Amino acid sequence: MNISSEAFVLGCSAIGAGLALIAGIGPGVGQGYAAGQGAAAVGRNPGAKGDITSTMLLGQAVAETTGLYGLVIGLILLYANPLIGRL
Amino acid sequence: MEMTGLPMIAAVSGSDVDFMVHGLIPLRFMGGQVWITTTHVTTLIVMIFILILAAAARKAILKGSEKPAGVQNFVEMLVETLDGLVQGSMGRHWRPFVNYIGAIMVFIFISNTSGLFGLRPPTADYGTTLALALITFVLIQFSAFKTKKLGVIKELFEPIPILFPINLIGEFATPLSMSLRLFGNIMAGTIMMALWYGLLPVFAKLGIPAFLHVYFDLFSGAIQTFVFAMLTMTFIADKRGV
Repeated sequence: MNISSEAFVLGCSAIGAGLALIAGIGPGVGQGYAAGQGAAAVGRNPGAKGDITSTMLLGQAVAETTGLYGLVIGLILLYANPLIGRL
Repeated sequence: MEMTGLPMIAAVSGSDVDFMVHGLIPLRFMGGQVWITTTHVTTLIVMIFILILAAAARKAILKGSEKPAGVQNFVEMLVETLDGLVQGSMGRHWRPFVNYIGAIMVFIFISNTSGLFGLRPPTADYGTTLALALITFVLIQFSAFKTKKLGVIKELFEPIPILFPINLIGEFATPLSMSLRLFGNIMAGTIMMALWYGLLPVFAKLGIPAFLHVYFDLFSGAIQTFVFAMLTMTFIADKRGV
């Protein structure tokens, strides 16, 4: 079976993009944990709902960063592949 | 397949899955070729929309009355909410920053929600978000330099001087992570909408995309606007150390 080197690089890039998006697991767990803790905090102190919500959203946004790095790497591998140019 | 003209500024054209930035008009610039892209056109549309809003707000405020009603009421509510938000997270020295925070919030929110009108959001282009994050980075460093003078440089060598490279990388990671966060979220929404419109049969495109638009454009756009503004304020206040 003959595979051209371009097809090989493209296929490996697609696999790499899929692997890069495994990074989405971490932010999912982390954001869910932050949301759960936020809900518990609102349950204990309903008066501070506004402050709790904004703090929770800020923390979730920072926790999301690593997942977004994975997403950006996946997008680069799929749509702006730097490896094809090296052939 | 090469298409030009206005249809290309739409996020999805025809039945193709199409969510990339397209070059519309080639230009010669300093010996190289650059393009007027869809991002420029949609940014221009967003800017015109903001200008119209501002003109309407100014008109309502100029003939305003003691008992606010209608547009005047809405504009006053927005400004009061913004003042409260900035004051709540920046403390005593909030006044000089409220204009910048308000400006980026209006621009990012309208850019993010422009996907509702079939445009490709300007914030789904890394150029736009990197520019916004770099403005914020300069503001963070400049305001810290104004309050602490050379203490900003001394801080890079704390707690021990050997940590200087890591502190320096940490400074430059701020605009990188802020720009990638905004870009990644909006780009992910754009890709999801393009896949939904481009790959599914026609009956799936009736009604259901409305909910997706509410989530990806309105909800995600509003959250990311809030997050960008909150992070800007937090970083400025943190670096100033007041």
